[in-house]
Amino acid sequence: MTRAARGALAALLALLVLAIAVPPMAIADPLAIGDVVGARLVAPMAHDAAGVLHPLGTDGFGRDVLMRMLLAARISLAVGIGGSLLATLVGIVVGAMSGWWRGVVDRTAMAVCDALLAIPRLILLLLCAALWRPGAATVVVVLALTGWMSVARLVRAEVMAVRPRPFVEGARAAGVSDWRTLWRHVLPNALGPAIVALTLGVGNAILLESGLAFLGLGIQPPTPSWGNMIAGGRELIVTAPWVALAPGLALIATVLACTVLGDALRDALAGENVRTLGERP
Amino acid sequence: MRALIQRGVESLLLFWLVVSLTFLLAHLAPGDAADLLVSPSASGEEVARLRRTLGLDASLPEQYARWVGGVLRGDLGDSFAQREPVTRVLARALPVSLGLGGASLALTFVVGVSVGLYQAAQRGRWPDRILGIAGIAVFAAPSFWLALALVALFTTGASWWGFPGWLRLPAFGVRSPASTTAGWGAALEVARHAILPVTVLASIGAAGMARYARGIAIDLVGSDWVRTARAKGVQERRVLGRHVLANAAPPLIVLFALALPGVVAGSVFVEGVFAWPGMGRAMLSAIAARDYPVVMGATLVYAALVILANTLADMTLHLMDPRRR
Repeated sequence: MTRAARGALAALLALLVLAIAVPPMAIADPLAIGDVVGARLVAPMAHDAAGVLHPLGTDGFGRDVLMRMLLAARISLAVGIGGSLLATLVGIVVGAMSGWWRGVVDRTAMAVCDALLAIPRLILLLLCAALWRPGAATVVVVLALTGWMSVARLVRAEVMAVRPRPFVEGARAAGVSDWRTLWRHVLPNALGPAIVALTLGVGNAILLESGLAFLGLGIQPPTPSWGNMIAGGRELIVTAPWVALAPGLALIATVLACTVLGDALRDALAGENVRTLGERP
Repeated sequence: MRALIQRGVESLLLFWLVVSLTFLLAHLAPGDAADLLVSPSASGEEVARLRRTLGLDASLPEQYARWVGGVLRGDLGDSFAQREPVTRVLARALPVSLGLGGASLALTFVVGVSVGLYQAAQRGRWPDRILGIAGIAVFAAPSFWLALALVALFTTGASWWGFPGWLRLPAFGVRSPASTTAGWGAALEVARHAILPVTVLASIGAAGMARYARGIAIDLVGSDWVRTARAKGVQERRVLGRHVLANAAPPLIVLFALALPGVVAGSVFVEGVFAWPGMGRAMLSAIAARDYPVVMGATLVYAALVILANTLADMTLHLMDPRRR
């Protein structure tokens, strides 16, 4: 593992620990709105009327930006990991079935894949998110629905490459069932690219969730996510830029770490064909 | 020629799949347009009448046939919110987006490829590493965040740090409010308003593209025929210009097609933040108003653009490849 990748992993773990450990220690409930007049729009590193220091300032309701940012990290990470994991699982199942049975299954799955890939993912995401009621579960499902295609293609190619190898033929000759051969002998050999895609997908999913939240189609306030915090600071961008810009920096750092980690995994697992020129919100 | 026709037919089939998919997605959604359009106090009879006028009482296959037929005729239905044909709403917005997207795509390509080539030349040294990290960082930023950061920089920041007059770039809209310029003056004004949105779109696009261009250049420079050309004593400049660049064309064309969806997606947010009346903003306001016909229509236009770009890229590749001529 390279030094950059180790740093990225350490940063992600640190963020996870901070997000879990710090908010319960807060003096004030990060979600509650208290003394709005005395505490609203306090600049970063300044004290509010009650003398409390706010390292990253406060928002229009007098809530501490740093504390909300850490709370948002929980949901943003959960949605990012959940969305990417579900997308990868769907991709593995579809890809494995396509590559194994070929024929009609393969042609149908690949036609759906092509059609979904022809619509820019973000547009597809907007379409789905607009049609269903927004919320964390919807976001995860929609991320999975719009993100499984590239994984399916990768796994399909790997399965097709592994299928004619002697150990697979041996298993089939020994009378092992299709499902068991696929599960025990083929899939473990086809997972490399899927793991790389999963890691790169987490960063992508976090970005896409933030995009949806920015449009009011993602996680709904008052539950903070980085996206809806940026959205909340949008009207204050001229008077109090820190409200929108600070959560964005946390988001960028997280996505950056996921990308560095994914790149390192790709170099290690040699999944050269994992595409990263995805579209960004 | 046969291969080209085959590719064209494939693209049309793909578009038909997309048309079917949007229909399917719209009908999977809970509730239908009639529930959204009527007032809560409307009687069941009124809802039924509205459903009839909107054609929602027909069977699903019938509605599907009507939708596909409409798309074939260039009729995408009427907008709920604006009470006019969807095509007219989109036709008004499309030129703005095409201008913004075209300029951004061109800049993405030029900047991305130049940076990538420079990185390849400096491979492993400090400039390469710094540009590499900077590229990943920019690529990790949501476009709306970059856009907001630029708005903050050119409003609050401009007065804070005392930017000179020529650097005070407008951060909102296509033209200044109550502007009366015409002709070249108007063009210049639009161009000044376009600087910030284009910067956001192009910097994200270029960051993604530089990574690829760098990889392509390194692959090409390390190939056998470059070594052979050098061994023959061909000048370095000629090696780069004739041997490397000529072989770089196919992957660059693929990159161009790959970059398009990114710019399209980014423009949705950038148009929103900078208040540009383009397709992205039309789609966003349609989503907010639950104006499904416009949302579906905009999706089709976006998909058509992507399919068209991929088809053209494939066809160009085919025509350029001497083995297939």
